[in-house]
Amino acid sequence: MNKKLKKRIFKVSGTSFCALVYAFLFLPIVVIVTNSFNATTTKPYQTWKGFTFDWYVRLFDGSNASLLDSFKNTIIIAVTSTLLATVIGTLAAVGMYRYTFRGKSVIDGMLYIPVVIPEIVIGIALLTIFALVNVPRGMLTLILSHVSFSIPFVIFNVRARLAGYDNSIEEASMDLGAGRIGTLLRITLPVLTPGILGGALLAFTLSIDDVIISKFVAGNTYTFPLKVWDSIKSGVSPAVNALSTLILIGTIVFVVLTQSNLLKSEKRKSFKKKRKAR
Amino acid sequence: MKRAKKRFEANKLGVMSVEETRKKMVEMIGVNKIYADHDGHGSNHVVKDLNLSVYEGEFLTLLGSSGCGKTTTLRMVAGFEEATSGTIHVEGESVGSKEPFERDVNTVFQSYALFPHMTVHDNVAYGLKMKKVKKPEIKKRVEEMLELVQLGGFEKRYPSQLSGGQKQRVAIARALINQPKVLLLDEPLGALDLKLRKQMQIELKRLQKKLNITFIYVTHDQEEALIMSDRIAIMDSGVLQQVGDPTDIYENPKTKFVATFIGETNLFEGSVAEVSGDAIGITVESGGFTVKGANFAAGELITVSVQPEKMLYSATPVPGFALQGLVKDQVYVGSILKTIVVLSDGQEVKIERLAGQELPKNGLVYLFWNDADAKLIRDMDSVVYEAAENVTL
Ligand SMILES: Nc1ncnc2c1ncn2[C@@H]1O[C@H](COP(=O)(O)OP(=O)(O)OP(=O)(O)O)[C@@H](O)[C@H]1O
Ligand SMILES: [Mg+2]
Repeated sequence: MNKKLKKRIFKVSGTSFCALVYAFLFLPIVVIVTNSFNATTTKPYQTWKGFTFDWYVRLFDGSNASLLDSFKNTIIIAVTSTLLATVIGTLAAVGMYRYTFRGKSVIDGMLYIPVVIPEIVIGIALLTIFALVNVPRGMLTLILSHVSFSIPFVIFNVRARLAGYDNSIEEASMDLGAGRIGTLLRITLPVLTPGILGGALLAFTLSIDDVIISKFVAGNTYTFPLKVWDSIKSGVSPAVNALSTLILIGTIVFVVLTQSNLLKSEKRKSFKKKRKAR
Repeated sequence: MKRAKKRFEANKLGVMSVEETRKKMVEMIGVNKIYADHDGHGSNHVVKDLNLSVYEGEFLTLLGSSGCGKTTTLRMVAGFEEATSGTIHVEGESVGSKEPFERDVNTVFQSYALFPHMTVHDNVAYGLKMKKVKKPEIKKRVEEMLELVQLGGFEKRYPSQLSGGQKQRVAIARALINQPKVLLLDEPLGALDLKLRKQMQIELKRLQKKLNITFIYVTHDQEEALIMSDRIAIMDSGVLQQVGDPTDIYENPKTKFVATFIGETNLFEGSVAEVSGDAIGITVESGGFTVKGANFAAGELITVSVQPEKMLYSATPVPGFALQGLVKDQVYVGSILKTIVVLSDGQEVKIERLAGQELPKNGLVYLFWNDADAKLIRDMDSVVYEAAENVTL
């Protein structure tokens, strides 16, 4: 009796705790989505004036060109810097896994520094350097900066994958007649792919929502986060909410697609377990 | 052990004299391997002046304890490691400047090294794909190969979905599909349990005979070597100790290392006290005895090896032998009775008998043997000694 009651209390409190956590996580998102349908036209755009698709229409009718422009910049910067950081980071991780050289442990340790340093310090440092060598601030400096802070994350991801990597599969590949390039393309890269993709995804995310460092090195160029940041002073226009909602939908679609792949392989694993158990 | 011995008897007639006429598939001439230490200086001499020939269709086993340089030797033949000096020929052609993918040699790795992201089919097909063989032909040959290693129907599985023995067989199939002239196998059965191991030993041997491929097989299991090999090459700390067919190695060990490594044996180390005709008087710490032999001089160091099943004992002194000991332990291992007799200097002599022939417990016995059962081993140390003395500076 007593036990039953206890169980029930646990269950109820557990469930409500979960509900609270999820509310905490998702309420802000709900607010954003809701507000993107808000028919208000007066600043600070916070009172509900009825439902409308207006903001979505206005997003593309030219009246929000600078917002869309900044979003385009963000995507260009994110894609370019992700590609560069992924290539550089993967090569670095493989190189550091394969070769021993003098001072390797020092270089290894130094990788952690950019990760733990406050972003504001990196921002100032990058700005100083660009000013020193006289690079005009803009897309180029934004891309370079994003590459530089993304590289360690790619390295860490690829390296985690390398920890379980058996070097002899490359030897087996060459033994069977594949050259070095063939071995890289058919064996090394495919086996490392999950780590590389993970690193790339991380780099992409970091780049897309970076504000602090970008603020220092952007010059007159605007990225989406910088644009939003600037518009806070005058109240965030529901057009921003609309764009955010679209990004959110894009992200969800992406996650569902990749997760369903994951789920499939999970199923295969559990199937295997069942077979074993039999 | 018994089974192994029966095999040698069968082998003995055929193999020995044919060797010279057979084609040399792999020939190592004066091969040395020196690894640089981690910090770049200093060195680790792992393979020392190795001369070894392997003939067409032969099953040669490299046998030696852990760390003696077996894997390193294989890796030099495969091309993953460069010899510090010396040359390696495959089919009469020097392969020193050839990349691994240019050599007509395939390897079965100690760790299988299957490609984790490919199915069994794709793993086995890999070598053919690299050779740009046409798709339908690949499919056919992979099927045949999997049938051969009894893995038909496993094409779509991934390596992570296979048992150890199955992985092993995929690794073998993958290495065999290119029909290499030489197959290198690095302790391929090391990770398997005893039963599967025995089964795979037979399967491997069957495959090798059927396809008539030259096998260089690495193991540190002496019984496995005795059962499977046409010839055995025994290595110790990078030095080739002896090469010969299993009977030869077992019956006539040339060095102390070989004598102790192949089977259990009793070694009596001493020096030659006197030589009269073919009788050699030998003193050891715990006494002395006479053996038959030639080419030994007084004062030389010598080791006499007698196998446990050849040791004889008596309650009364035996002419020609002064070896006395106390019976210490007697243990049954299956139907074999193993006895330990301790000599006056503490050396433990092993004796093996069929069950029922127990020795008097804690009794005093006199040990002896038949002349033919004593193997004389010239002590390598003394040879080195002499050589050093002969050097004039
Ligand atoms: N890449 C390397 N660099 C330096 N030393 C090495 C290297 N590879 C092997 N060695 C050393 O060479 C010696 C022989 O190694 P090898 O792998 O050939 O032994 P093995 O006979 O195959 O032993 P096991 O039966 O344990 O596999 C060992 O002492 C080992 O430490
Ligand atoms: Mg080895």
